[in-house]
Amino acid sequence: MKKIEAVIKPFKLDEVKDALNKLGIKGMMISEIKGFGRQRGHKEIYRGAEYQVDFVPKIKIGVVADDDMTDRIITGIKDAAFTGKIGDGKIFVYSVEQAIRIRTGESGNEAL
Amino acid sequence: MKKRLIVLIPILLTVLSAAVLWAADEPPTPESNRNAIDLVQSHADYVWTLVAAALVFFMQAGFAMVEVGFTRAKNAINILMKNLMDFSIGSLAFWAVGFGLMFGVSKSGWLGTSGFFLSDFTPEGDPWVLAFWMFQVVFAATAATIVSGAMAERTKFTGYLCYSVVVCGLIYPIFGGWAWGGLFNGGGWLEGLGFIDFAGSTVVHSVGGWAALAGAIVLGPRLGKYAKDGSIRPIPGHNMPLAALGVFILWLGWFGFNPGSTTAASKDIAMIFVNTNLAAATGAVCAMVISWLKFGKPEVSMSLNGALAGLVAITAPCANVSPTSSVVIGAVAGVLVVFSVLFFDRIKIDDPVGAVSVHGVNGAWGTLAAGLFNTGGTSAAIIGVQLLGIVACFVWTFATAFTMFKLIDKTVGLRVSPEEELEGLDYTEHGGNAYPDFEVLSPHGAGVAGGGFGGPGAVPAMSRGMRHSTENA
Repeated sequence: MKKIEAVIKPFKLDEVKDALNKLGIKGMMISEIKGFGRQRGHKEIYRGAEYQVDFVPKIKIGVVADDDMTDRIITGIKDAAFTGKIGDGKIFVYSVEQAIRIRTGESGNEAL
Repeated sequence: MKKRLIVLIPILLTVLSAAVLWAADEPPTPESNRNAIDLVQSHADYVWTLVAAALVFFMQAGFAMVEVGFTRAKNAINILMKNLMDFSIGSLAFWAVGFGLMFGVSKSGWLGTSGFFLSDFTPEGDPWVLAFWMFQVVFAATAATIVSGAMAERTKFTGYLCYSVVVCGLIYPIFGGWAWGGLFNGGGWLEGLGFIDFAGSTVVHSVGGWAALAGAIVLGPRLGKYAKDGSIRPIPGHNMPLAALGVFILWLGWFGFNPGSTTAASKDIAMIFVNTNLAAATGAVCAMVISWLKFGKPEVSMSLNGALAGLVAITAPCANVSPTSSVVIGAVAGVLVVFSVLFFDRIKIDDPVGAVSVHGVNGAWGTLAAGLFNTGGTSAAIIGVQLLGIVACFVWTFATAFTMFKLIDKTVGLRVSPEEELEGLDYTEHGGNAYPDFEVLSPHGAGVAGGGFGGPGAVPAMSRGMRHSTENA
């Protein structure tokens, strides 16, 4: 089992969600985060004083899936989240040791 | 037919007897007519004065929303408590002592000596004193609440409560008596010289503004506001919609503040309404334009301050200048407030909402404008008296307020500890959270010493705990 985590631009969430749904992924989780890579941020001004806002709002979306789904998921997210402009985000893949469905107690791939 | 008669006859008899009884009243005389007309006018005066008082009361909501919007979420409850209390405690102080000092019998012209605890009111007597008191108390409370904005986010609540008593019990009413005592039982030396301040650019707004300045100076700036290298760190307000709502509420309330100062239902209120609106609008536009030119984009907080500056500036001259003059007065106010805000930041006086610039500086401008744009014509003498009043207000208010704040600081304590300030006053002073359903994080909180914003090694502002940025200043 793998966890595929993607940091994407917030307005891309619906597209990525639809892409994952099309692949048959039934569940996913998101969190609202701030971050920056090479994108850095921008300058804002408040009452005449300028300040640099480096952290840019992003959405982190997480999917836990069977190993052989991983490549398709990565491609699906990548295509949906792509704009070609700086700040599109990154995808990370982690190994998941165990997964359990709380209601039924199922584990392993049945829990996904 | 018979049924109709049975119903009709009693009706006819009733009508006839009523007509006979009515005709037995005294016929009207010119005397009784005049009295009746005067009574109607008197009633109208009461109605207008008290409706206006209600509008001015509503400005308290305006001040609260502006201050909440321009400050951080972690201090919202504290802002609200200070606003609630400076009105409530201030009202009581004004009832007990202030009204008497301001409007009581005054032999010297310097302070009133009667009318404490509303002693002028007797149940069988003229209730006008109550209407007048009601109108005046909301003005006193307006002066009081101006200060809470400049002292936001770092003031001890108990210290602020002490201030509320003194400002409405002493500082405001004494100067107020000099300028307005004659409106009731008193008579001040300043008004005796012909000082023009119709609704209180100086009496209310400059008093509030200079007291705010004293408070901000004694307190010192918020942690992290001014960096060691001299740069100014913005601490953005957390809710611009609330701030804007506050400004609109104040604008609305000002239609009670200025026209209501006639304390009479007369045609004069029309021009005062128009003057008030034109100055506010022009102030907003000019402040927006200046912010646009200086910062590259039209900035909301400066534009909002511009509207308020226009309103403050027109408050003194609203009854004795033309609508066209009001546009000019508002324009100058809008320009002045932007530069004033930048100025106070440059000399490191931290005023989170611009209270000193809006109320102090433009209160002075409005008072001067009342002399300059007087429809009856201006003169060196008229301008001289206006300047005298402006200076007298500054000297009296700043000196007494500064002394009071220093005393409070030495006794009860005026400023919270750095830890309390970083944690947020909602929790430390009031044990609460204004937004319990939300994470109240402020990455724009107290700045980092060194490291600064955004270098690759910078500590992310949200990495520490629940409430806010806790980097050391």
